[in-house]
Amino acid sequence: MQLYRAHILVCGGTGCVSSGSKAIQEALTDELVKNNLDKEVKVVETGCHGFCETGPIVIVYPEGTFYCRVSTEDVPEIIAEHLVKGRIVKRLLFKAPVTEEQVPSYKEIAFYRKQQRVALRNCGHINPDNINEYIGRDGYEALSKVLTGMTPQQVIDDMKKSGLRGRGGGGFSTGLKWQFASNSPGPKKYIICNADEGDPGAFMDRSVLEGDPHSVLEGMMIAAYAIGADEGYIYVRAEYPLAIKRLKTAIAQAEELGLLGENIMGSNFSCTLHIKEGAGAFVCGEETALMASIEGSRGMPNPRPPFPAVKGLFGKPSNINNVETYANVPIIYLHGADKFASVGTEKSKGTKVFALTGKLRNTGLAEVPMGISLREIIFDIGGGIINDKKFKAVQIGGPSGGCIPEQHLDTPVDYDSLTALGAMMGSGGLVIMDETSCMVDMARYFLDFTQKESCGKCIPCREGTKRMLEILQKICGGNGVPEDITTLETLGAVIKNTALCGLGTTAPNPVLATLRYFRDEFEAHIYDKKCPAGVCTAMLEYKIVTDNCKGCGACARVCPVGAITGEKKEPHEIDTSKCIKCGSCIEKCKFNAIVKG
Amino acid sequence: MANVTLTINGQKVSVPEGITVLEAAQSHGFFVPTFCYEKDLTAPGACRICVVEIKGMRNLPPSCVTTVTPGMEIETESPAVFEARKTILELLVANHPLDCMTCEKSGSCKLQDYAYRYGVTSPTRFEGDKHKFAVDDSNPYVFRDLNKCILCGKCVATCRAVSDRNVIDFAFRGFNTKIATFMDTELKDSSCVYCNRCVAICPVGALSDKNMTGKGRGWELDKKEVTCTFCDAGCKFDVNYRDGKVVGVTANSAASGRPLCLKGRLGTEFMNNPDKTALPLINKDGEFVETSWEEALGIGPIVEKINALKK
Repeated sequence: MQLYRAHILVCGGTGCVSSGSKAIQEALTDELVKNNLDKEVKVVETGCHGFCETGPIVIVYPEGTFYCRVSTEDVPEIIAEHLVKGRIVKRLLFKAPVTEEQVPSYKEIAFYRKQQRVALRNCGHINPDNINEYIGRDGYEALSKVLTGMTPQQVIDDMKKSGLRGRGGGGFSTGLKWQFASNSPGPKKYIICNADEGDPGAFMDRSVLEGDPHSVLEGMMIAAYAIGADEGYIYVRAEYPLAIKRLKTAIAQAEELGLLGENIMGSNFSCTLHIKEGAGAFVCGEETALMASIEGSRGMPNPRPPFPAVKGLFGKPSNINNVETYANVPIIYLHGADKFASVGTEKSKGTKVFALTGKLRNTGLAEVPMGISLREIIFDIGGGIINDKKFKAVQIGGPSGGCIPEQHLDTPVDYDSLTALGAMMGSGGLVIMDETSCMVDMARYFLDFTQKESCGKCIPCREGTKRMLEILQKICGGNGVPEDITTLETLGAVIKNTALCGLGTTAPNPVLATLRYFRDEFEAHIYDKKCPAGVCTAMLEYKIVTDNCKGCGACARVCPVGAITGEKKEPHEIDTSKCIKCGSCIEKCKFNAIVKG
Repeated sequence: MANVTLTINGQKVSVPEGITVLEAAQSHGFFVPTFCYEKDLTAPGACRICVVEIKGMRNLPPSCVTTVTPGMEIETESPAVFEARKTILELLVANHPLDCMTCEKSGSCKLQDYAYRYGVTSPTRFEGDKHKFAVDDSNPYVFRDLNKCILCGKCVATCRAVSDRNVIDFAFRGFNTKIATFMDTELKDSSCVYCNRCVAICPVGALSDKNMTGKGRGWELDKKEVTCTFCDAGCKFDVNYRDGKVVGVTANSAASGRPLCLKGRLGTEFMNNPDKTALPLINKDGEFVETSWEEALGIGPIVEKINALKK
């Protein structure tokens, strides 16, 4: 085996690929050849590191030096300085947000320090297209342990002991789910992986599939053995082309090594896997709709019971778990259920991956132990709010979840405490909002999403979410009336109580949670016709503060509709009848002379 | 089959094991409205109008897909159930043309009946966008007005029950969801054979039988069940009488088989054709002329022989 003195890891996740990591990888390889270093230093394309904000990311081992926002022009310097002379290229290091201190090592960065990576254990460390790298990090050892030394019931018992709960949203006990599927009689059973991640701003499943596809395959094989399935499907959305490509490679490599297919590892256990690409419907993340879609029907949910464990795909008992859940599975059998259960809170064990987005300094993926506070996630890992604005709320659980305001930031994050606050764990999307975010507008945005994605089967969801959206649009447009709040609350309650599937029953959550914590913002829109955050343009008026205006004319030049007039060096004026409230003038003004409100 | 005992609206009842809450309630005379449920055909649990309150359950479960269990305590018209049903009806009414006085279905429309029963008034609390689909008047048999469709899906289920049909299905998403043919064409350009199963099952005025248009309100018609003799399937269908005169033929039920095909329906309508003739016509020199059955069927010589033998 060829040995190298250094490895250069280039992130090949979707985030870094879009910011140009492929070109960097090529430039690095060329530059190494030029310097005759290609026998000493190896360039490795890895999965996502999670810190997408700072991409493209390049990490040089053995030191673990973390270079961020690397461009192809930086490549000769990295090679010449770091790999030839052994000097770190300081200007490319990560700068801590507040202290501006340069942090050389990967592990020292605050974003990573509080993380505990279990599901993401290999993401960013291995080449996902090379099964040997996964095996080199104890990959498929858990499967061999299970196949050679455990009965299916022992596997299920260990899963129950671990306390793992579904990471896709519902939070149902994985062990119980497996037990139900195992108890269902029948020679034919299916194992299904739900990779139809669709919440706006959520990308943890994509990162796992792109960065460590084998952990999902291994988890699925263990589950298949436990319930007695011999065939499986990975339902992955077509919008994840890289994930699909890597999954295909992973399946082919695993089949070649006998880790998938007939008589796995020489045992009597056989299981084949297929990839089914979704066609872009959000509702197909709901398990009964997902199965309908695999069967070739329109992806529409069906009532439960019967649950998939009893009557699932093609009418056969099936087990569906999400990507992140499966990625956790091998670790439980590798290190023991007790070790897994030692992390987390009493009822929520292990770690959870969150996708941090919104008005945050460090956006990206972070995996944290259950029970950590939201404050730690947002302010320690996330680095706080950009531009030193004031934190307002965090939307957790995507379009099915709710917002959590400042006063509840110290609540430990677990399934039950979030539900008690009117939000939910969901798949783990965190959208952070600051004082410039309007909560009514935010609720409108999420409802617009669920309304469009409703499958149209049940009346409360199809017609109800549309009407809730219309009311919110009316309020944002400055035409709200006092009864609107009651209508939203009563209609929301009926939808929650009567809708057919998880999409419908949770669709009113963003509205109900904002009404719970930010009722005053709704009232300001309705009674005072004001948007306190200055977002809802219908209620804004742009004005020039004459004392501050120097008459430079910059605003008048940038105004696309010619609404600003005035003599040179004299205070200007805005004709509000012409103004389209685009905000270009505010951006251009150097003297804070333009205000909206 | 064993029986289970449960409570419906405070009344202890005993019902067969394995049946649904809806069947249990209806069998004991309790009213539960339904749109999407059709006995022996489909129970998609989609319309949610049949929700009931069951003690210990989180939400309001739809009775058509909930199986009875011993000791269940069911309320079929509690305040929460009433409010949910009224809200669902208000949502439907808010997106409905409300042209009941000219609608063919008036008087036998479930939406009309339930809206009245649950005290829905118009305008509802939810006025906003309404569907503006073009009506499908492309063929002589079925009139389709999707603006009246409540998307219960029964037409889809009944069409699918005929293995070589499957003409329609749900299309599009959210508020724009509608029932469509393949590629969303008019019926005339689809594989529809106008068996009218969908028309027979539609609970509202979205699908109507053009041959029955203007021939009488539901309450003005008397129906008589007849077995069709056009083929060996022997479908049951209804002959509709108004003031003692046959005005049309409608399918009896769309639950199983082919309730009444186009041939049977149209053929039966010859009964009232003033030009009908008792004798067959034969094409002689480009003109149809009346002739005897023997000649038309080409059995003249045989009849002659039989008659000769009789002697």
